[in-house]
Amino acid sequence: MDLVTPNFGLIFWQLVTFLIVLFLLTKFAWKPIMNALREREASIENALSAAEKAKLEMQGLKAENEKLLAEARMERDKILKEASEAGNTLVENARNKANEEGSRMIAQAREAIENEKLAAITEVKNMAAALSVDIAERILRKELSDKQAQQELAQDYLREVTLN
Amino acid sequence: MKKLFILLFSFLTITANAASSEGGEFKPGDMITHHIADDYSWHFADGAVLYLPVILIDNGQFVSFSSSNFYNENHELVPYRGYKMEHGHIYKANEAGEPIADYSGLYDFSITKNVASMFVSVALLFFVFFSIAGSYKKNAGKAPRGMQSFFEPIIIFIRDEIAKANIGPKYERYMPYLLTIFFFIWFNNLLGLMPGGANLTGNIAVTLVLATMTLLITVFSGNKSYWGHIFNTPGVPWWLKWGIPIMPVVELIGIFTKPFSLMVRLFANITAGHIIILSLFSLIFIFQSVAVGPLSVAFATFMNFLELFVALLQAYIFTLLSAMYFGGAVEEHDHVSDLGHGEGAHH
Repeated sequence: MDLVTPNFGLIFWQLVTFLIVLFLLTKFAWKPIMNALREREASIENALSAAEKAKLEMQGLKAENEKLLAEARMERDKILKEASEAGNTLVENARNKANEEGSRMIAQAREAIENEKLAAITEVKNMAAALSVDIAERILRKELSDKQAQQELAQDYLREVTLN
Repeated sequence: MKKLFILLFSFLTITANAASSEGGEFKPGDMITHHIADDYSWHFADGAVLYLPVILIDNGQFVSFSSSNFYNENHELVPYRGYKMEHGHIYKANEAGEPIADYSGLYDFSITKNVASMFVSVALLFFVFFSIAGSYKKNAGKAPRGMQSFFEPIIIFIRDEIAKANIGPKYERYMPYLLTIFFFIWFNNLLGLMPGGANLTGNIAVTLVLATMTLLITVFSGNKSYWGHIFNTPGVPWWLKWGIPIMPVVELIGIFTKPFSLMVRLFANITAGHIIILSLFSLIFIFQSVAVGPLSVAFATFMNFLELFVALLQAYIFTLLSAMYFGGAVEEHDHVSDLGHGEGAHH
């Protein structure tokens, strides 16, 4: 039957045309298309993995930031604590020093007052002695002006001596 | 919808044309055979006929002229330059104008309707895929657009689901062939469904060439394990191989039956589709009743949609089976215990 008998001319044209089509399409269509697809798939893959990497990096950075922040916060707390401690000590020291100074000054003042008192007493004593001597001199001068009084005095001294 | 109407209308015109040229009585068998067979002229519609060039090599002598020379003004066949066309073939004619039956040395390389249709499909293939390749170059690395985005999923499907799945790691070198046969068959199937289109993929010569290509590629890419499976099939008693060599003979026949089935499957499916659609239209003229028309058209429309699907399906099957044969040829069998049930080895 005609239908199932391959026609020689058509076989020839089909073979020639198909080989040309295969060659040209391979060279100018399939190769560039397949390469482009491969490249695009590779670039998408790369982009995805890069995004994943970036995400991980971001997470790392965030964690690091948080760590730094926590450290900074701790540092701040420490500094604040230290500062307040230092302040307290300073105030305490100042207070102690002031107290000490005060008591020292009071002691000094007390000493000075004592010294002044002693000096004043000494002076008073000296003055009283001088005055007594003066008074006694004057009295003696008046008494010894008459002979009898001199005799009586001498007699008194003598008695005193005998009694000793 | 508009296209569909044009399609149906054209079928009706062709049928009417065929009916009128028969000279009164309508012979559906002749009309259908005429439609699915090759021709030296291309009838697009009634009155729109393209006479194609006849190219002959007669005992080494090159002869070429238009096929219109075979017809006189009354559209009757006449001899021309010692050749005569009869029953769709060109014969060497004697002085009386009668064909010489046992004349040898005449080779017919005419650009027939099928060849012309193939050239149209080739132009279409070149236009589509060169421009797609161009778009890939133009917007490299970007998302596909236009025609590119229509064909890209198909190309990726052929690569991933047909080539990679059936051939394995060596799929890359078979990609150009698989893509070419897929789109060649698909485009030509669709062109065949066009009004006035030729029945190229339903022609045994065309499917013969395609199947032979698959056969040759399979045979030439067969590795040691492929040939080992054919001539020394593992798991078969020795006397079936060396005593009575049944297995090698069966396997050897198998090499040829596989592409033979490819050839027949494509040819039969496409031709059958054409015959069914034409038969449905012929019913109108057989019953000579307008009442049959709507029913006929409804069935034919349904068949046309089915054929659109078959056009894609047959292209897919041809490509898939070719890939499977290539896969069987390049597959590495690691274990002798694998009794040929390996993936893609035997079908």
